[in-house]
Amino acid sequence: MKREEIESTVKNFLIEEIEVEEKNIVPEALLKDDLGIDSLDFVDIVVIVERNFGFKIKPEEMAGVRTLSQFCDYIESKVGDK
Amino acid sequence: MVRRVVITGMGIYSCIGKTLEEVKRSLYEGKSGIGVDNMRKEYGYRSPLTGIVERPALKGVLDRRLRVCLAEEGEYAYMATLEALRTAGIDVDYLEKNETGIFYGNDSSAKAVIEAHGVAVAKKDTTLLGSGAIFQSMNSTVTMNLSTIFRLRGVNMTISAACASGSHSIGLGYLFISQGLQDIVLCGGAQETNHYSMASFDALSAFSIRTDDPTKASRPFDAGRDGLVPSGGAASLILEDYDHAIKRGATIYAEVVGYGFSSNGAHISQPSDVGCAAAMERALANAGVTAADVDYVNAHATSTPQGDTFEAIALDRIFGASRPPISSTKSMTGHECWMAGASEIIYSVLMMQNSFVAPNINFETPDEYSRKLNIADKRVEKNIDLLLSNSFGFGGTNSALVIKKGTTQP
Repeated sequence: MKREEIESTVKNFLIEEIEVEEKNIVPEALLKDDLGIDSLDFVDIVVIVERNFGFKIKPEEMAGVRTLSQFCDYIESKVGDK
Repeated sequence: MVRRVVITGMGIYSCIGKTLEEVKRSLYEGKSGIGVDNMRKEYGYRSPLTGIVERPALKGVLDRRLRVCLAEEGEYAYMATLEALRTAGIDVDYLEKNETGIFYGNDSSAKAVIEAHGVAVAKKDTTLLGSGAIFQSMNSTVTMNLSTIFRLRGVNMTISAACASGSHSIGLGYLFISQGLQDIVLCGGAQETNHYSMASFDALSAFSIRTDDPTKASRPFDAGRDGLVPSGGAASLILEDYDHAIKRGATIYAEVVGYGFSSNGAHISQPSDVGCAAAMERALANAGVTAADVDYVNAHATSTPQGDTFEAIALDRIFGASRPPISSTKSMTGHECWMAGASEIIYSVLMMQNSFVAPNINFETPDEYSRKLNIADKRVEKNIDLLLSNSFGFGGTNSALVIKKGTTQP
């Protein structure tokens, strides 16, 4: 999957399903502090990612992920074009 | 010191209306809210009849985090509570500054449980159930959500007492306030109406199968009754200490003056005239009134052959001499189960406020027990100063409430 497609899918579910305001969705946005994603929202994001990208997020692999860009990097590492 | 307890707010979301005004009109006109749910046919129900309750659209109204945790019955309860708080003149700012409790009746959240099970079976991975599943699945889903949404900081618990849940919630709110433990308690009852919720009840062949004429199916006390019609929604009431209400300048809709309860201690589903009568007698004694003082009885009568018979025997034993008008509003609403004991207080208070007894529709032919009662087969224009409302449930749990007309007189 191409990077643009990953970013577009993530942006879309953040707006539609997590109800993040579109104007806040920028690559450097902090998931928790800027986008307001809390631990319960993250439980839902695991479900949404599995549905959209076909893999299960492992919490231990997300340890260093703080920004939206890093989150897309992580997804790309799993499903990106090699 | 025992304090007086008044009803200062009411909200309803039901198959006969989604506002107090709409519900009052339905009660006055004897309008039924019963229809057919085709999903029930596909699911394998013996009876597809149900109260038709529209699901509220809460996207854009309620924040996502709050919505995700709310099961269907919680959505109904949220809508009913909005109206109850509005009529009570209470806003979120007030709730943040003043301790308010909640006792709410609920006894299932089947859809949330079954849908989570479906995901678990398909995915074999519980981390894919999502964050809302647990908060939607527990019996206390309504109280945990309403207390979070409305910032309630007083007593907080769900009352699960089968089809008497809503009535007991009001009884307990009344006791907590009268004992001085709380000044305001949100009471009520909620009932899901999705096609999962009533399958195991349908398994008992307790539902009417008069599908050719749904609005005629619920016929409490009528000789031709063939079972109940399940229904649902939610009903919320604001119970308040009388002096607190006066000080706040609140409208007093009615006063809760008596609560009676009993347990049959017998069969799990068979009703008992002795148990029903015990709850009514205790409620009258608690109110310090006699049966002759009661102007109207809102019967539990669900339209099952057995249940209505035993209630009729008990009603005749207690009210046989004074013969007040009796009606079962379930003839219009169907059986609102966990919600019924609360909604029927609202229906009764609306009648009290507007001086009429709503008809027990479809009561065409009395049977040997109901012919002894003064059942209102048509609307009766009548002043009501005092009423009694019955609720009975599986396991033999019985509840009766005595309500007096609202007054600002000390």
